[in-house]
Amino acid sequence: MTSSLLFNVTTFTYLVSMLIFFTFLATKNKTIGIVASCAAYFGFVAQTVAIVLRWKESYAAGVGHAPLTNLYESVIFFSWTIILIYGIIELKYKYRVVGAFVVPFALLGMAWAQLGLESHIEPLVPALQSNWLLYHVITCFLGYAAFAVACGISIMYLIKESMEGASGDAQAGGIIAQFPSIRVLDDLNYKAIMIGFPLLTLGIITGAAWANYAWGTYWSWDPKETWSLIVWFIYAAFLHARITRGWVGRRAAILSVVGFAATIFCYLGVNLFLSGLHSYGAGR
Amino acid sequence: MTTNKRGFIQSVWDFFCSLKLSISLLIGLAATSIIGTVIPQSPPREYLESISQTKIALYSKLGFFDMYHSWWFILLLYLLTLNLICCSIKRLPRVWKFVSEPTLIFDEGLEKTLSLTHHFKMEGDAASLKDKMAAFLKGEFAEPVITEVNGEYHLFAQRTPYCRLGVYVVHFSIIIIFIGALIGSYFGYKGYAQIEEGTSVSTIENRNGRQTDLGFAVKCEKFSVTFYDTGAPKEFKSILTVLENGQPVPGFISIPIVVNSPLTYKGITFYQSSYGPAGMFQITVRDRKGGAPVKLAVRQGEKTPLPNGGFFQLLETTADVSPFMPQLSGPALRGTYMGPDGTSQQVVLLRNYPNFDLQRGGDLVMTYDGSEEKYYTGLQVAKDPGVWVVWTGCALMVLGIIIAFFLSHKRVWIRTANGRVIFGGTANKNQAAFQLVFDTLTDKLKQM
Ligand code: HEM
Repeated sequence: MTSSLLFNVTTFTYLVSMLIFFTFLATKNKTIGIVASCAAYFGFVAQTVAIVLRWKESYAAGVGHAPLTNLYESVIFFSWTIILIYGIIELKYKYRVVGAFVVPFALLGMAWAQLGLESHIEPLVPALQSNWLLYHVITCFLGYAAFAVACGISIMYLIKESMEGASGDAQAGGIIAQFPSIRVLDDLNYKAIMIGFPLLTLGIITGAAWANYAWGTYWSWDPKETWSLIVWFIYAAFLHARITRGWVGRRAAILSVVGFAATIFCYLGVNLFLSGLHSYGAGR
Repeated sequence: MTTNKRGFIQSVWDFFCSLKLSISLLIGLAATSIIGTVIPQSPPREYLESISQTKIALYSKLGFFDMYHSWWFILLLYLLTLNLICCSIKRLPRVWKFVSEPTLIFDEGLEKTLSLTHHFKMEGDAASLKDKMAAFLKGEFAEPVITEVNGEYHLFAQRTPYCRLGVYVVHFSIIIIFIGALIGSYFGYKGYAQIEEGTSVSTIENRNGRQTDLGFAVKCEKFSVTFYDTGAPKEFKSILTVLENGQPVPGFISIPIVVNSPLTYKGITFYQSSYGPAGMFQITVRDRKGGAPVKLAVRQGEKTPLPNGGFFQLLETTADVSPFMPQLSGPALRGTYMGPDGTSQQVVLLRNYPNFDLQRGGDLVMTYDGSEEKYYTGLQVAKDPGVWVVWTGCALMVLGIIIAFFLSHKRVWIRTANGRVIFGGTANKNQAAFQLVFDTLTDKLKQM
């Protein structure tokens, strides 16, 4: 069995899981909901095995490194962490329906990686040969994934709120009625960010520590660094918004969506749109 | 007048204490930080030539070319710090009081504010129930404080009260990180040193172009580079020796450094960052129409005079040309030939193919005979006495965030009267988890 075969299985399973989740939304049938999350977990297990296999394959290819070093590998890892964080939140807080808004993010990642990205295992250039890479990438991506989950929840919040009004007394019918109440969604959003914020903080710190160790500067206002700080500022604003009157609820949900948009820009946009202006650690 | 003045000072103070200001500053910092990621910082000449003069004037005026050190960005950071300090001065004493002088009396007013309460009927008078409850709380939750009011006993117990200080640890850590950064910028420097194999340097070029004396010398004994089969670099390695007054320093002799593994001596750290050829490259030049070949030694970047009055300038060299010219192999170099008539032409010479340059069709024909295998190593040099302050701040920040987010201040009260026990509790975070704790305690009380 090869990792790429298993990645195909993963993508397909996430697709199936998403479709079952949508059916769950439409039918409100509990059993269908359970099947939907089981499908997501099955995909997660397949993906975990595939990632481990790819790690082994890199040793067989003689370059031996953790599968976290190029865009293909990182997108796959990102989608893995999204399902992981979703699983934690689902198991802990028992709101299955959140999956309908989170699994699509993971599916999108897998589909893009498999259809559009170069999957070749490459050797590590000297700058990346460090254990800090592992700590840095894992903490950042877990943080990003928690923000993805928070974004999914905030979208649910905004949809539900616009249907029902902020007080939540007008009950929306149909699919929307399946959503947890807006108070619960607001709280879940906060909980997801409470997981994401410490991880992002650790991610930024490990990145700074690594930069200091490799180049002698812990902070150089490189676009990637700066964008991670922008994301951090936005979520710090979110945390304070939560304890300020007038900022709870709708504005907090919008901040959470904006924060995730900035996260995605930090992860992908910086390389696509801003590269060439600064080259990371290229000496002088 | 004085009341007006008071009112003014009060409103300035309130302004600096407000959370709305914090949110605005955080969002403001996020928004303005984008500018410096779009406009190149310390831009190269090509960029400046590509934009209009008005834009250059405007951007310079606004400090956009060094945005993160511009007065207004630094001002935002100072405002954030001020906001943080004022807010803490205002709130910390209250929180401290809350923690150190907890509400001990469980009266009905307090009871109404709690969402978790329970009433029990129990055998015994207030005093004996008090002893029973005190033992219960001590065993199951935390040691209670007991107060007697009008024959009723009030028991109060709490867990992790100090977690309320977690956010202040986070905020304090931000100030520590700023202090660390300031120490670094006032007492440290960043620079670059280029050392040829076998030679040493004792001064380095500072970021702002000045020469800085190290106070000792660093010698590059040897530099080596290895490649993967694909041609991508695998490892750059310099062997460095530290010299004091020309003498090697024990413990700092022939230390290998690679990317991600630097050398530190007397607080100054040397990081492997780049390399290049430092040796001479031998080329031979002859006239196409005949005549004696002339041997020349050229060096990267330098213009070497040629016998016909022109010049040759070596631009780059490689040990293996195959990544660039897939059918060919071996060492190669690329340079510019400047003829006596002012024309110039690109020249590529391959050591394994001496006739390659004939195809160029110039009057002069060149060959590449070989090179002295010698490199220079490029080192980033940094001295930053503030870096440990920054790491301390970072550690405090992570600790503070964990305390603030994942611990909760749990409080329970019990009031005993004759034949009655009233139980209540609350937590400042994660009520759902606290409810489980509360329910377990209630169940145990029921069985008593
Ligand atoms: C302008 C500067 C800032 C001010 C005035 C400020 C003020 C405050 C205040 C008053 C609280 C509430 C404390 C309480 O619940 O008793 C708080 C909470 C908090 N602050 Fe700040 N803050 C600032 C900047 C920051 C920054 C940059 C961070 C980034 C890490 C941060 C992280 C936090 C965290 C994690 C909490 C806890 C939030 C929660 O419990 O949900 N603060 N801040």
